[in-house]
Amino acid sequence: MAEPTSDATDEGEASGDAPETDPEAPEIDLPADAFDAVLDALDDRDPGEPLRFEGFSVERDDEGEYVLADGDSSTPLDERDLHEELSERAPAVTDWYAFERVVGEFGPRRAFLRWIEDADGETVATRYAALAEGIERAWGELKITATVTDRGERRYDVRHADDAGVPVDELEAHEDPLDARKLVTYDEKGRYRPLKTAPSLAGGWVFPDLGPRDLYETVETIYPATVANWHREREGGLDVTHWRETMERQSGIYGVVKTWDRGEGHEHVNWVAEACCDDSQCLKRREWEYDDETDLDVDGGDGAFPCREPCSVVVSAARKWTRLESEQPRTYEFDLTPSEKEQVEAIIDAVADGRIDEIREADTKEGANRYRTRFLRAKLFDDEGNLGGVPTEPDEE
Amino acid sequence: MQSLVIVAHGSHLNPESSAPTYDHADTIRATGAFDEVRTGFWKEEPHFREVLRTVEGDEIYVVPLFVSEGYFTEQVIPRELRLAGWDVSEWDSDGLSADQATLVAEDIDREVHYCGPVGTHRAMTDVIVRRAESVTDDPDVGEGFGLAVVGHGTERNENSAKAIEYHADRIAERDRFDEVKALYMDEDPEVDDLPEHFESDDVVLVPLFIADGYHTQEDIPEDVGLCEDHTEGYDVPETVDGTRIWYAGAVGTEPLMADVVLERAADAGADLGTALDDVRETTRVATGD
Ligand code: SF4
Repeated sequence: MAEPTSDATDEGEASGDAPETDPEAPEIDLPADAFDAVLDALDDRDPGEPLRFEGFSVERDDEGEYVLADGDSSTPLDERDLHEELSERAPAVTDWYAFERVVGEFGPRRAFLRWIEDADGETVATRYAALAEGIERAWGELKITATVTDRGERRYDVRHADDAGVPVDELEAHEDPLDARKLVTYDEKGRYRPLKTAPSLAGGWVFPDLGPRDLYETVETIYPATVANWHREREGGLDVTHWRETMERQSGIYGVVKTWDRGEGHEHVNWVAEACCDDSQCLKRREWEYDDETDLDVDGGDGAFPCREPCSVVVSAARKWTRLESEQPRTYEFDLTPSEKEQVEAIIDAVADGRIDEIREADTKEGANRYRTRFLRAKLFDDEGNLGGVPTEPDEE
Repeated sequence: MQSLVIVAHGSHLNPESSAPTYDHADTIRATGAFDEVRTGFWKEEPHFREVLRTVEGDEIYVVPLFVSEGYFTEQVIPRELRLAGWDVSEWDSDGLSADQATLVAEDIDREVHYCGPVGTHRAMTDVIVRRAESVTDDPDVGEGFGLAVVGHGTERNENSAKAIEYHADRIAERDRFDEVKALYMDEDPEVDDLPEHFESDDVVLVPLFIADGYHTQEDIPEDVGLCEDHTEGYDVPETVDGTRIWYAGAVGTEPLMADVVLERAADAGADLGTALDDVRETTRVATGD
């Protein structure tokens, strides 16, 4: 197991809702498992090799006694004395135990859980005081609240941000991180969610009391691989695969997408990104561009976690667009009143922005209102469903 | 630390597609044979491209939840997992015998054991039989029954037909069912004419598919004549031209599939303890007495 590390990569973001005045650090009892873990860790070390905690260290000497070094003083201790000394320093010891023994080494998990309480930026005392109040973090649509028990154990409440402040017993409570698979399958209207990072996560549930590992699993179940990619990005090693390279890699029924890039600019990819990757559609922050040298002209978004290559939803849609965009434009002629032209625009906007359900049945001021739209169809479509009576293919006339 | 990664197709449209993957992962998790069990998908998340970076272990077994060797197991999965130096000859397979290849996944710079698909493993034969038991609710089903194993023919993938024949032959050798036939959706002998291929009054029809979806819920039931239109539904059994057809739906939803996933990992060297026995026991069809 690794020594406690102090990563230089921390972004030092403020820890949630920590009050302005110095809050009080809670009383912490040293649990037996934390103390035993310290003894085990010292056993695994050679005499003279220190085990470091915040502000002090402990090592074994050649006689098998323990030596606690705190500032300039170092005192030889037997096990009982050591227990007493460590109990007095229970916050630092339980902090070591939480990260070295409970959270463990795995990079993404460790970095995520340390980030939640800013463990690489703040002292144990400050963090424990903040945890006592509850540290809040946002991750996509999730709200994570971290607290600490009087034994120094981290506990986490995870819920939809829209459910902030709702009492736990008014929400559907879960314990098993894998339950989250069911919570992410459908949106509020019962529609299947093909993209887990779409901002359509339904609320009404809570994981009220997770340990650190289960918190990580829950977050990774709701937003798969987002922590892993965020971690790589923080470490400076996010492997971004741009649009061109991703399309070149496709094969089988997707092989056709290669032909969409014709070396005539990247406007079509701007449209894809605007259509699919906008923050209103996906909470990942798009880091991929057209290619190494050519950035897209649309904003990648502000999400906490990065998107490192066009996803399968985008590749599938691109396949469709490759076919559609290979068609040549034609001139169709039909007449619309100015209001009808605007209405067509309003309908496109309403569909594109997912606003259809918000438009009230009798609100005929809205162009995308159902009655207005049915009226337009009744007036402008012929029996074959042709707009303005104009066939799509000229020879159909 | 030993990790299992189950990779499957998934779907942008149909939530049932990934359901068996999750179910089998849960069954295996419960055995405790692996320190972690992860799932990755072609059409869902985490994607094949990113699943390995979510894996903590150093002994990693990747098992494709696919019915046959072919495009996905030979091209798509190795490419997307970034298995360095992958060449299909690593498997040295005749279309049915892929077992495993140990290669470095460039994404994580660690070795993974890339296993053959579940559908071609010999243990899959038992899952087909078990599926017949579950759909008839009879752990001894066989006498007086025919069994049809159905899948795509060679048109889509030559190996798909091979896998269907392989299991049909193995079941026939057991002399358990009165008749066993391999039928296809797009070539002769066609599943459309099922009653013509069987003399038995009762036939269990088991599609060799991983998940229920368009093919198993719409295509086959309509082609076989279980219903005019899939939205009407059908009974099990349903009588068509005098033959009672017990339509089983996708074999991949059968709980015993978890056993095949484990077998694949075991063949590649995973240490499973008693997990195989545990899974066979917990997924059994009750004897009903
Ligand atoms: S490609 Fe776009 S839509 Fe897909 S995950 Fe990335 S940002 Fe989201």
